[in-house]
Amino acid sequence: MLKIDNLHVRVAGKEILKGLSLQVKAGEMHAIMGPNGAGKSTLGNVLAGRAGYEITRGSVEYDGQNLLELTPEERAAAGVFLAFQYPVEIPGVNNTYFLRTALNAQRKRRGEVELDSMQFLKIVREKLSVLHLKDELLHRAVNEGFSGGEKKRNEIFQMALLEPKLAILDETDSGLDIDALKMVADGVNAMRDPARAFLVITHYQRLLDYIEPHFVHVLADGRIVESGDKSLAHKLEEHGYAWIAERKVLDHSRAGAA
Amino acid sequence: MASVLLQSLLDEDALRAADADASSVRRAAACALLRDGLPRPRDEAWKYTGLRALDQRRYANGDAAAATREIDAGVCALPGVDGACLVFVNGFFRTDLSTLPTHEGLTVSCAHDAAPALVREREAESADARADAFVRLNAALAGDGLLVRVGAGVHIDSPLHLVFAGAGGECDVAWQLRAQVELGEGATLRLIEHHVAASANAHLGNLVAHYTLAAGAGLDLLQLQDAAAAAILIRRNDFHVDREATLRLHTLEAGANTMRHDLNVDLAGRGARLLSRGVFTLRGRQHADTHLVVAHSARDTTSNIAWRGVADERARGVFHGAITVAQGADGADAQLSNKNLLLSPLAEIDTQPALEIYADEVKAAHGATVGELDEQALFYLRSRGIPLETARRVLVGAFCNAMFTDIAPPLRAHLETLLAARLPQAGEAA
Repeated sequence: MLKIDNLHVRVAGKEILKGLSLQVKAGEMHAIMGPNGAGKSTLGNVLAGRAGYEITRGSVEYDGQNLLELTPEERAAAGVFLAFQYPVEIPGVNNTYFLRTALNAQRKRRGEVELDSMQFLKIVREKLSVLHLKDELLHRAVNEGFSGGEKKRNEIFQMALLEPKLAILDETDSGLDIDALKMVADGVNAMRDPARAFLVITHYQRLLDYIEPHFVHVLADGRIVESGDKSLAHKLEEHGYAWIAERKVLDHSRAGAA
Repeated sequence: MASVLLQSLLDEDALRAADADASSVRRAAACALLRDGLPRPRDEAWKYTGLRALDQRRYANGDAAAATREIDAGVCALPGVDGACLVFVNGFFRTDLSTLPTHEGLTVSCAHDAAPALVREREAESADARADAFVRLNAALAGDGLLVRVGAGVHIDSPLHLVFAGAGGECDVAWQLRAQVELGEGATLRLIEHHVAASANAHLGNLVAHYTLAAGAGLDLLQLQDAAAAAILIRRNDFHVDREATLRLHTLEAGANTMRHDLNVDLAGRGARLLSRGVFTLRGRQHADTHLVVAHSARDTTSNIAWRGVADERARGVFHGAITVAQGADGADAQLSNKNLLLSPLAEIDTQPALEIYADEVKAAHGATVGELDEQALFYLRSRGIPLETARRVLVGAFCNAMFTDIAPPLRAHLETLLAARLPQAGEAA
């Protein structure tokens, strides 16, 4: 579904991703872990199409097309969803209106029939209950006055509503208490599907206790330096990211000695 | 260079007519205007609005056929507003199109020759050596006059709808209109000042209105300006707000090619209050210049002002918001905010908040910004599948609509629709 090859990305003249390669197949749950400043959020933003990221080398193929050529809205309609690390408050824009406009814009672009307000509200109510969110949220402005936890749950609620093929969660777990973390995990698990893939970017292993990944990758200094199964997350939790760095030094010295 | 505008309007006939009403006020205003001409760019109050092009244009003084012009009632209609309605076509009061109010305690008179008397009542204003040129023009030429009186203690809940329609003609017309609105002690009134285009026209409209609010009175005024795209509209509203009286003002400036709007509010009595919310949304080569001047003349007066402006393409907006707290007006609370959005690199908005305080105990804050759409918010909407142009419209709409949240729903929806139609790329439906 997603094939990232040797991706180099520059932000404000500084190289952040330095040859990142990653393949994700439908039905898979991938976790990306790594220290601060490794380029985790850059990866999420580049995939969603945020401006200000200069791709200097490499390619990203999604469902057989060049993802990097698409506008953010085209990517969304093609099934790419980014749960923001910092969801944006939009005063004056009603949540219901926003969600319906988004869903119908995607449907329209895909050549599907747009939903009327009755059909739309029916779906919304179903999805809200999964995230334990109140109806009242629909009448408020997008993310305005939401607590940190509500914002993150709202991201997952949007994901549930928009039903993407590739969901990227950018540190959705950060700042959540244990109850909110479980709700988010429930929301994600309810969406697991053989046709859907997840890329879960996180700093901590905690979330992965609730969302079991098939693969764990360590992103450090702009590239994937280690990949493994979920046991890798536990090792990282135990030894810290320094452990990876030390092992790399060892690798290099061994390579030098040979 | 001689003023083509003034010579075309203040000809011998007009001057004779001004003499004929047995008052020197009108003649004096005309003479002073011919002597001084229109304001020039070095005049601080007109710094951003050049009048040279207007000065060289020729207009007919009033529309001779105003009494019979056909008007589509649809352009005047507002949802939820179906009571008394007074319609003026090219500045001429149309009995046949109007519905006079029947509420006891509310007196309305719209005589075709009422303006001179209203002008005489305020002789000092147009005689002043520093009088505004358009006030003088209005004093010299206004024929029709509107007088609204609400008796003490009378509450008028159903809004009084004033429609000012510009309608086509054989030539470009300049119309002048006077209005005076008086609220007695404890009286309340809802009023809508509605400018509409009944045809594409390049008229010059000049409306001077005086409002007096006696102690404890409450005026709720909605100004909805959607004049013809080629029209020039000059308006001056003077408000005298007495003790414990409240003026609530909502203003939307959407139409006209060039518009100048002076709002002068005197919070004259102790505890007088002003709430002002306004939006201007401009595109093409539209030019809108709003001057809101508030005087806190008494103790414990409050003003709460928030205006927002949007300019697209080559449009230019000006917002001058000046608050003065007079000596002795302690306990005054003055809040002024003006936020603006530029949607095009060729658009321009000039904002000048000004605060002058001569009292000791005052709460005052003012702020003004000119910026572009928030990139983060735009990306957030797009990342959910909302196309760029729709996302821009949604954000600009929200920016403007925030000023009208306390207007009743059917009318608010109408304002939002009107705004949406004015926003960029409105033609490309989502």
